[in-house]
Amino acid sequence: MKRIALLGMPNTGKSTLFNRMTGGAARVGNWPGITVELLSGKILLGGDMVEIIDLPGIYDLHGFSDDEQVVRHFLHDNVPDLALVILNTTQIERQMSLLLQLKQLNINFVVMLNMADEAKKFGITVDVTKMSALLELPIFLLSAKYGSGYPEALQAITRALRYPTPGMAEQLRSQLEQDEHIEEEMARVLQHSVQVPARLSDQLTEKLDSVLLHPWLGLPIFFAVMYLLFQGIFIFGQPIQAGVATGFTWLREAALVPLLGGLPQAIQGLLLDGIYNGVATVAAFVPIIVLFFLFMAMIEDSGYLSRAAFLMDALMARLGLDGRGFVMLLMGFGCNVPALMGTRVMRSRAMRLLTMLVIPFSLCSARLQVFIFFTAALLSAKAAPVVLFSLYLFSFATAILTALIFKSRFKNSEPFVLELPPYRFPTLRQMVLRGWVEVRHFLRRATKFIVAGVVMVWLLTHLPPSAVPASHDTIAGMIGSALQPIFAPIGINEQLTIALIFGFIAKEIVIGALAVIYGLSGTALSGVLGHQLDWVQAYSFMLFTLLYTPCLATVATLQSESKQTTFTLLSLVWSLGLAWLVSFAFYQGARALGY
Amino acid sequence: MCATTLAALHSGDTATIVSIHAEEALHLRLLALGFRTGKRIEIIRKASFSGPLQVRIGTTDVMLRRIEAAKIKVLKS
Repeated sequence: MKRIALLGMPNTGKSTLFNRMTGGAARVGNWPGITVELLSGKILLGGDMVEIIDLPGIYDLHGFSDDEQVVRHFLHDNVPDLALVILNTTQIERQMSLLLQLKQLNINFVVMLNMADEAKKFGITVDVTKMSALLELPIFLLSAKYGSGYPEALQAITRALRYPTPGMAEQLRSQLEQDEHIEEEMARVLQHSVQVPARLSDQLTEKLDSVLLHPWLGLPIFFAVMYLLFQGIFIFGQPIQAGVATGFTWLREAALVPLLGGLPQAIQGLLLDGIYNGVATVAAFVPIIVLFFLFMAMIEDSGYLSRAAFLMDALMARLGLDGRGFVMLLMGFGCNVPALMGTRVMRSRAMRLLTMLVIPFSLCSARLQVFIFFTAALLSAKAAPVVLFSLYLFSFATAILTALIFKSRFKNSEPFVLELPPYRFPTLRQMVLRGWVEVRHFLRRATKFIVAGVVMVWLLTHLPPSAVPASHDTIAGMIGSALQPIFAPIGINEQLTIALIFGFIAKEIVIGALAVIYGLSGTALSGVLGHQLDWVQAYSFMLFTLLYTPCLATVATLQSESKQTTFTLLSLVWSLGLAWLVSFAFYQGARALGY
Repeated sequence: MCATTLAALHSGDTATIVSIHAEEALHLRLLALGFRTGKRIEIIRKASFSGPLQVRIGTTDVMLRRIEAAKIKVLKS
């Protein structure tokens, strides 16, 4: 099968083009370095199946960061039949250098000048015919986002694939060191084929930045935006979640109970009280997850994350981290796993490890479900969003504390130089695609962990068969009692302890597990919890849930990214220890104050 | 016209890059972002609390810390 590799600098739209070509869903964001994994897709081109690979963006082939090495090794080991080089037209005067570096590699090329829509807005004109002639390469103007120029480009790609690969040059590195030649060549091509206005006319970005990056308004605005975001998710999402949960309960009573009535009692229990209650309670959160990721996609695609890096770098520098680390924390709000992988753009291993140590404290969307459920069950509609926001502040505070404590062990002098892209607005298509990806991701986790998890919980709370379900005599009851000396001082009862143990696998299971343990779902479960716990216990439980190990996938990623078992263990022990200490301090403190 | 480093400039200033004194990895990254001798550079703003600088070279906006900016010698215009 022929192979096409997408190459270019970070944030030039490679993933957007990849999605357009394959109909796939590579994660797109207005943040340099969002592609950290190699993604591939197969499509039919000119009658043959062709594989397309989306490579991480690189600034130059000499690079020393992990992602640049990934690209170099990939090109070495898998010579593509065609390299599709994507350049950002608005930055062509500097991106040309990468094209010229690549050109020396002696592969088949097709060049895409992407973001033609933006370039037009900025008043940059490119004489493509002239540039093609000067470089002796096929060059096309394209807007991967809106699709203009795409059919012509696709035709050229199909044509180019007919020619055989010239073969990879042997001495890759020595060839690449001809920087001087590249400088001259660049000046020659640009001078003849590109016109850039003296001053960019991106008024909108300038105006937005003058407010959003204001010396002392910038940070308050940032936190206000965050607050409104979470408030929005709670206010819009919670009623939908409650509605869906009610729907699931109705479905159970109206259809499933009569349908399964003929089955033996134990099987009925496992199917209805175990799997159905557990999975339905978790599935009710899908609308919130979609809403959350739509908001996240909007912020990520807009370019505001780079502004957050700019605003927070001064603080992060004092913690031994940098602005990128802060952005990774924000991305961790979605899911910790990609945020951990995103640290690959850091060259200094010490800084990378320190960033990876703080990311698991980032309040991910799975934990968000637990908190929305608990705050809605125990607190008034007015207090709930405020309490939710306080957990986000706790999430930041523990990340800061962790960095302060460990920064001397992970000393580094990593330079901080980062592009600041203009603001961009995501298309509806991009946002819908992103929401769909997250739902699919959730469903995959659901089938893998949640079903297995709730079945386990059901078995533990119903075995041995002689015991009364969920009583002290069941296996779960025995485990819960055995662990009470550890959990009683932080106000967590036996049932919640079992849920926490399963939360180690994935936080989505926590609510599902509680549904199974109490044999209730949706609003009925909220009612019982609200009755059984007071707010001090609930907050202590939420603090523990926030801080202890996020999920097995995060632990596995910590290990695969650090390749150092002692580091993974440090992260595990530290987060468990900190979770207990913080919950203990809060619970005992609140009780001592008479709450 | 006076010779200084990028870190010493104020927002709104423009200058011409004279030389870059950075270690290899940083030097390559700066080159890739368009920092070259003879290029004009504009300081857009400086973040508070001794935070990073936002500079513009050609059509690219870049943020960099004051420590890194101090490694770039410029001629203020």
